Amino acid sequence: MRRSDDHREPPQVYGSNQIELAWTVIPVLIVVMLFLATARVIAQVQDADRSPDSIDVTAIGHQFWWEFRYPGLGVVTANELHIPVSDSVSPTPTFLKLLSADTDHSFWVPRLAGKTDLIPNRVNQMWIDPHHTGLYLGQCAQYCGTQHALMLLRVYVDSRSDFDAWVRSQSRSAVAVALTNADAAKGREIFEATSCINCHTVRGTVADGRFGPDLTHLMSREEIAAGAATNTPANLKLWIEDPDAIKPGSLMPAMRLTEQDLNSLTAYMETLR
Amino acid sequence: MASETLAIAPTGLSTRSLAERLHEWAVTVDHKRLGILYIGYALVFLVIGGVEATIMRVQLAVPNNHFVSPQVFNRMFTMHGTTMIFFVAMPILFGFSNYTVPLMIGARDMAFPRLNAWGFWMSALGGIILYFSFIGGFGLYGAGSAPDVGWFAYAPLTSPAFSVGHSTDYWIVGLLVSGFGSIATALNVMTTILCMRCPGMKLGRMPLFVWMNTVMAGLVLVAIGPLTAAQLMLLIDRYLGGHFFDTQAGGSAVIWMHFFWIFGHPEVYILVLPAFAIVSEVIPVFSRKPIFGYSIMVAATVSIGFISLGVWAHHMFTVGMTSYANAFFVASTAAIAVPTGIKIFNWVGTMWGGKIIYKTPMLFCVAFLCQFLIAGLTGIMLATAPFDWQLGNSYFVVAHFHYVILGGIVMAVFAGSYYWYPKVLGKMMNETLGKWHFWLFVIGFHLTFDFMHVPGLLGMPRRVYTYEASRGWEIWNLIVSIGVIFQIIGILLWVADVIWSYYKGEIAGNDPWDAWTLEWHTTSPPPEYNYAEIPVIRSRRPLWDLKHPEDPDWKYE
Amino acid sequence: MAAATITVPQSDMPLSANLRGKVGMWCLIIAESAIFSIFVVAYLYYAGKSLSGPTPAQVLDVPYFTSICLFSSSLTILLAEKALHHGNVKRFGVFWFLTIALGVIFLIGTGREWYRLIYQDGLTISTNLFGTTFYSLVGLHAFHVTVGLIGLTVIWLFTLFGAVKQEHSERINVFAMYWHFVDAIWVVVLSVVYFITR
Ligand code: HEA
Ligand code: HEA
Ligand code: HEC
Ligand code: CUA
Ligand SMILES: [Cu+2]
Repeated sequence: MRRSDDHREPPQVYGSNQIELAWTVIPVLIVVMLFLATARVIAQVQDADRSPDSIDVTAIGHQFWWEFRYPGLGVVTANELHIPVSDSVSPTPTFLKLLSADTDHSFWVPRLAGKTDLIPNRVNQMWIDPHHTGLYLGQCAQYCGTQHALMLLRVYVDSRSDFDAWVRSQSRSAVAVALTNADAAKGREIFEATSCINCHTVRGTVADGRFGPDLTHLMSREEIAAGAATNTPANLKLWIEDPDAIKPGSLMPAMRLTEQDLNSLTAYMETLR
Repeated sequence: MASETLAIAPTGLSTRSLAERLHEWAVTVDHKRLGILYIGYALVFLVIGGVEATIMRVQLAVPNNHFVSPQVFNRMFTMHGTTMIFFVAMPILFGFSNYTVPLMIGARDMAFPRLNAWGFWMSALGGIILYFSFIGGFGLYGAGSAPDVGWFAYAPLTSPAFSVGHSTDYWIVGLLVSGFGSIATALNVMTTILCMRCPGMKLGRMPLFVWMNTVMAGLVLVAIGPLTAAQLMLLIDRYLGGHFFDTQAGGSAVIWMHFFWIFGHPEVYILVLPAFAIVSEVIPVFSRKPIFGYSIMVAATVSIGFISLGVWAHHMFTVGMTSYANAFFVASTAAIAVPTGIKIFNWVGTMWGGKIIYKTPMLFCVAFLCQFLIAGLTGIMLATAPFDWQLGNSYFVVAHFHYVILGGIVMAVFAGSYYWYPKVLGKMMNETLGKWHFWLFVIGFHLTFDFMHVPGLLGMPRRVYTYEASRGWEIWNLIVSIGVIFQIIGILLWVADVIWSYYKGEIAGNDPWDAWTLEWHTTSPPPEYNYAEIPVIRSRRPLWDLKHPEDPDWKYE
Repeated sequence: MAAATITVPQSDMPLSANLRGKVGMWCLIIAESAIFSIFVVAYLYYAGKSLSGPTPAQVLDVPYFTSICLFSSSLTILLAEKALHHGNVKRFGVFWFLTIALGVIFLIGTGREWYRLIYQDGLTISTNLFGTTFYSLVGLHAFHVTVGLIGLTVIWLFTLFGAVKQEHSERINVFAMYWHFVDAIWVVVLSVVYFITR
């Protein structure tokens, strides 16, 4: 096979079956090992048993916010998911049922688990089992339209007692809230007379729309509009006045309210604790 | 050594008027001219797609930026991805195979020259239709619209409810039309290779370039069809009220993903095989050795072709497939590492013990080898499903595929351009400019795409028009954006080199690289009929036989 | 290539360039099959998933007669090919015309079926998933039949004017491959739509 030429060209080598065999077999072995290891992890994650203490949450993706429903607990909230911490002695993993109201989305909180898509007309599953309390940031990871970028997601992993307290406060309906000042009472009238109620729910009132986030306990959330802004009165007012100023392309329309009405509405919103 | 030097008449320096010459190009059925048209057309779109990329990088350079609106950003990545894949990478590689394949197999033209022209013009038309959406998407009042559904256009975002106006329709029709062009070209390449080889050129004697283009053509034939079918279904949904992907009426969003990736995955091998083809020609010549393990290379190419048809759902690990399906696609995807590895090892084997000449084409091939290796390894990481659950749809994926595409394909295209330029235009390209181009582009590439992995690992999803400062992504994004500046300068130097050499370059002669395949036997540029006399060959390196009559290859094969 | 004449052994010779029509047509058939298979997969996937009626069992009747017509047109075109191969242009014209006629009968059959489905059974392409997939798949095939018929007719007109001669036999064979392909696809579509999922 070898030959050396007239000094100008190097020896002409055409190949070697032994070498070829070596660099075929070694990668094959690596691939087989890689596959076995991967298949094991896949089985561990996807075919995991459900422990009886697990929490159920239904997450529904909307353009461009998250709806969370706790079927057993009567809680409905948006964008900020609260779950109890799980320890190895009494594990309380959270099982998420993933649905979508419109386009594809993907639930991704990097420090808690991998992502799983939320797809219309399909039910997906995933579970998380956090061992440390704290706030975990995530966001939508499947392109879902204009504001895919600002479809952020916060997961609060609470201690068991904090979580139970949170559930108790969330399962109250809004009627329980006394309207302390006249401004807020006026705000409520405006709210119920405007199309807000077609899209938003405030439990215990006539507002039972499901197109936008449930506002019953709006003030319990740190951010509004899926993490687009912090939940301050100024931001709330700006949001109601012109959602596009905070989140261009969001599906909430500007209602063209007067300055005065805006103030009352904001005051009302702030009573929704 | 190149012994024959023939007088050269550079093309285009004739006395015919501009209109006449334009007309000649417009009606040409010559495979060489069509090859050049393909490449020229792809370069125009490279600039367009590159400008779109630059707009995105400016927007993302700093957090909370307001350079463009979310709507514009979403159009930019959709158009950038679509343009780069369908109107840059595919045509440029088709251009190379159109120009080179008939010359390499000693044919006078393609099997169907007129169909060849039709294929080119269909592809061109597709690009124009796509870009017409900037005007036509919403009519003149909404001028500036463009599709914003992402290049894989997942349902139901493309349904009339979520995608109003006509920009998505232009996207569909543009790809449909260019798909017809691609099928025509692939059919032509395939038939040419099977039926037009010169006497003596058995399948086992074809240059690897030709082999890899054969497999590429085969993949186009089986892979574009699914895209065409899916696009037709989408049109039926959008115009006739069909429900293929209408989730309200029981349709499935996931089936679109399957259909798209049944096309989309083979597509990336359609792109990379012609790049492999270029590298497989350049490395032997600049190492002064025949390719190491020719028949194994052929076998590896063919098996890549087959395996790539069965791996598509590795793009869908996060859509909730069963654990068995996930495991299957992990296995099939990882299996591709074996034949691909064989190729890399054989290229290195070719260089091993060779007398390596570091001219610009070879520099790009060396860069190709290193970069493609890394890109392939990140691909294997993504192929392990649990890893993909974390990093799928993050900037890690964006980094992976730009690493393959720029680090692999674009590098090979640059190598090929320096290698065949002397054949096409009869002049040598300038080496100094070439080295500057090489270093600037390689530095830019690494600044951009090495550092792009990091925000992905830190949890930055793709297709976001903005991000907050608090997430630790900003410094990496800034570096990524700075790298683009180097890339732009590099590409501009390349263009400068191409133009400068056309006028001032050294005369090349027939065979400036002392190469071994048939195209170097005819004049540079080749006459319209390629070969006055159809060559007859007896080995894989006919020109070696000619140059070394005392020690020809056919004694050994 | 070397100045001295080299004799190339027959085993080293590539396929003849005369075969390129056939090879090209095979490539086209492969590409088309890929398109059809995706439509077939979609049909099978959505079979029985419609949210509302009508269902295939309620409205579809197996088109025995027209299918037999289409299948026999493969035979007539074969006879036409044979005739031309032997230089019998007249016989070629007759069988070619028969092929066209059988193809047209098939199309008319499809047209009548669709008319009935739309106006009596109220099944349109937007009624439900069955309608969508049915009209797309059968329509895609009917479109191919139409294209084939146009080609057949053009060639038949050429024959009438005496432009088709024995030396065109090769090309006629290539075109006939397309028609055989259209027939073969109908075997698949017929069994999927009218037998497997009904
Ligand atoms: C030409 C382009 C090209 C090429 C060649 C590849 C090659 C590969 N790609 Fe890549 N890929 C893309 C273009 C390409 N890809 C694009 C465009 C996307 C994104 C599309 C989008 O979402 O927009 C993508 C996305 C993508 C994903 C989906 C990520 C996600 O969206 O979640 C995955 C997952 O498996 C993947 C894997 C691979 C693998 C395993 C290879 C393999 O072929 C690599 C094989 C090579 C090697 C492994 C190196 C050499 C081998 C050795 C030295 C042997 C020894 C090694 C081992 C045994 C491991 N790619
Ligand atoms: C062939 C394929 C190809 C190529 C070559 C490139 C090249 C580049 N791409 Fe790529 N890209 C894709 C294919 C490609 N891309 C695909 C398929 C997607 C997915 C889309 C989707 O999600 O739908 C994507 C997505 C994508 C993103 C992610 C967007 C997002 O998810 O939000 C980014 C972000 O940085 C990016 C950047 C770049 C850059 C900086 C280059 C640079 O290398 C470009 C450098 C070239 C030039 C700049 C042109 C030449 C310059 C001149 C002639 C000078 C004149 C120009 C100026 C003055 C601006 N691309
Ligand atoms: C057409 C439907 C629609 C109407 C009408 C509407 N909203 Fe909304 N609203 C939405 C949607 C959708 C969102 C979520 C936007 C996002 O995050 O992208 C939202 C978000 C909000 C939020 C932030 C909630 C959160 O938890 O982040 C507030 C507060 C709010 N709306 C108040 C109002 C008020 C007050 C009105 C009436 C003046 C109103 N909305 C009218 C659809 C609507
Ligand atoms: Cu929801 Cu992206
Ligand atoms: Cu892939």
